[in-house]
Amino acid sequence: MKRLINQHPRRIGKILLGLIPFLLILGVYSFASNERLEINPNDKLMPAFSTMADSMHRMMFEPSKRSGEYLFWTDTSSSLKRLGLGVAISAFISLVVGIFLGIIPKIRAGVAPLITAVSLIPPLAILPILFIIFGLGEVSKVMLIVLGITPFLIRDTQLRVMELPEEQIIKAQTLGANSWQVITRVVLPQILPKLIDALRLSLGSAWLFLIAAEAISSTSGLGYRIFLVRRYLSMDVILPYVVWIAILAFAADYLLRRLSRSAFPWQITATREAK
Amino acid sequence: MKTIEIKHLWKEYGDNIVLEDLNLSVKAGEFVTLVGTSGCGKTTFLKLLLGIETVTRGKILLDDEPLVDEPDATRGIVFQRYSSFPHLNVVENVMLGEEFESSPLFGRSFGKKRQAIRERAIKILKRVGLGDAIDKYPSELSGGMQQRLAIAQALIKNPSILLLDEPFGALDPGIRADMHELILDIWKETKLTIFMITHDLKEGFHLGTRLLVFDKRRHDPDQPNRYGATITYDIPVEKTDNETLDEITGSMSNKKQEATL
Ligand SMILES: Nc1ncnc2c1ncn2[C@@H]1O[C@H](COP(=O)(O)OP(=O)(O)OP(=O)(O)O)[C@@H](O)[C@H]1O
Ligand SMILES: [Mg+2]
Repeated sequence: MKRLINQHPRRIGKILLGLIPFLLILGVYSFASNERLEINPNDKLMPAFSTMADSMHRMMFEPSKRSGEYLFWTDTSSSLKRLGLGVAISAFISLVVGIFLGIIPKIRAGVAPLITAVSLIPPLAILPILFIIFGLGEVSKVMLIVLGITPFLIRDTQLRVMELPEEQIIKAQTLGANSWQVITRVVLPQILPKLIDALRLSLGSAWLFLIAAEAISSTSGLGYRIFLVRRYLSMDVILPYVVWIAILAFAADYLLRRLSRSAFPWQITATREAK
Repeated sequence: MKTIEIKHLWKEYGDNIVLEDLNLSVKAGEFVTLVGTSGCGKTTFLKLLLGIETVTRGKILLDDEPLVDEPDATRGIVFQRYSSFPHLNVVENVMLGEEFESSPLFGRSFGKKRQAIRERAIKILKRVGLGDAIDKYPSELSGGMQQRLAIAQALIKNPSILLLDEPFGALDPGIRADMHELILDIWKETKLTIFMITHDLKEGFHLGTRLLVFDKRRHDPDQPNRYGATITYDIPVEKTDNETLDEITGSMSNKKQEATL
């Protein structure tokens, strides 16, 4: 027998192994839900799968009576727009700021303490300030995401830049590079895949801030819907929405990973993740 | 062509005196090998020549001018590792030096210019024996090939001084011999001044025109940092014989014993 750390499941086996916990959860839920509904058919806490399917069908394919919108899709697109915009802005800011912090000592000395201080403020605590300044519209929701994840992304980018072997920076200079050329041809291309990794890690927080902002003030969005129907204990909507959010988050993570691999083929392929 | 003049050079890190009162004069086109016990300051010396460390006291003159105290294209370097850029393939790694020069803003060249640079790079790569690997990434190369790449990279800038810090230390003996041939040939063709650190005294004797041994003249067992190293032997390589080799080997191992006592 090989050691456990050296035993790798085959492809099919890997998928099956991954499915088992999900099937178990579904099974347990289905059983418990049945039990409860048998005792009380009006129980709202654990709706049957069929009830959830009906509700989702209504939200996906029937226009809402009030606004004529297909609520599920409107919610999804509002949320994704906010999330995408927030994450994109954060990525851009942290790329620029992080690289300059990491490579130019004078900028680091001047700005790094500020970034550290800002990163210590809990973003939700300044949500009211955002609402006051930017109003209750889209801007403050996007801003919350930006404020929430950018400090982490900046600091991560800065550290990755500082982790680049000194030898490379020196070598570039002996090849005649000026500071700007070191940044554009040595640092930036090596940092982009690291930034994508950091984005993957911060997506979870980005969702958190999005849903928090939507819960407090919004007229559409996945988070808004969940908090709205909570008043009617509509678990038949909440549960599918939560699963849908998880699926979207998983898809975003997957796409970022694919992007990183295909856009930066020079990355060492022999990492353990590749197996 | 550059002559290098070093006068009463001292290098200290806080209380730690690394180099003391080092004097040296090197003519253009010499091939200088540096040996010495681990931690005696060889890399520090190379860093001073490269301009990434500053002297505590004393002077380094390049053609009678004080040395520029940051790295530039007159001094090429090959480190033991991390010398090439992982995100560029072999030929792009070599082209980089020329591209920096041709485009100050982006460090990128296009069209005919790029083609010309590429051809030059390929010529140099063939020269160092990497003609078949131009499309590979550095991580796909063996250790010896990576060092060939690092040398090619430095050569495209026609530096007048080439600094090598144990460039072949991690290679197998057979490959090391090939690399010796290569570096000697390149030195003969380009007539550049080479400083090469090595751990292998025989390598120092085999290569180059001049062998420098770094060592401490005085030694205080209680305060090992009290005295710095300096050049204790400065031998023209043609004049070397087995007797000298034994003598140096002896002196180095004696010091090691003293240090451990
Ligand atoms: N940046 C630094 N700060 C403080 N001390 C340093 C620094 N760089 C080197 N030293 C000290 O200087 C001394 C010489 O180091 P150096 O790297 O030059 O040795 P070396 O001769 O190259 O050794 P090796 O053969 O092991 O590579 C060591 O005692 C080291 O601790
Ligand atoms: Mg060294």
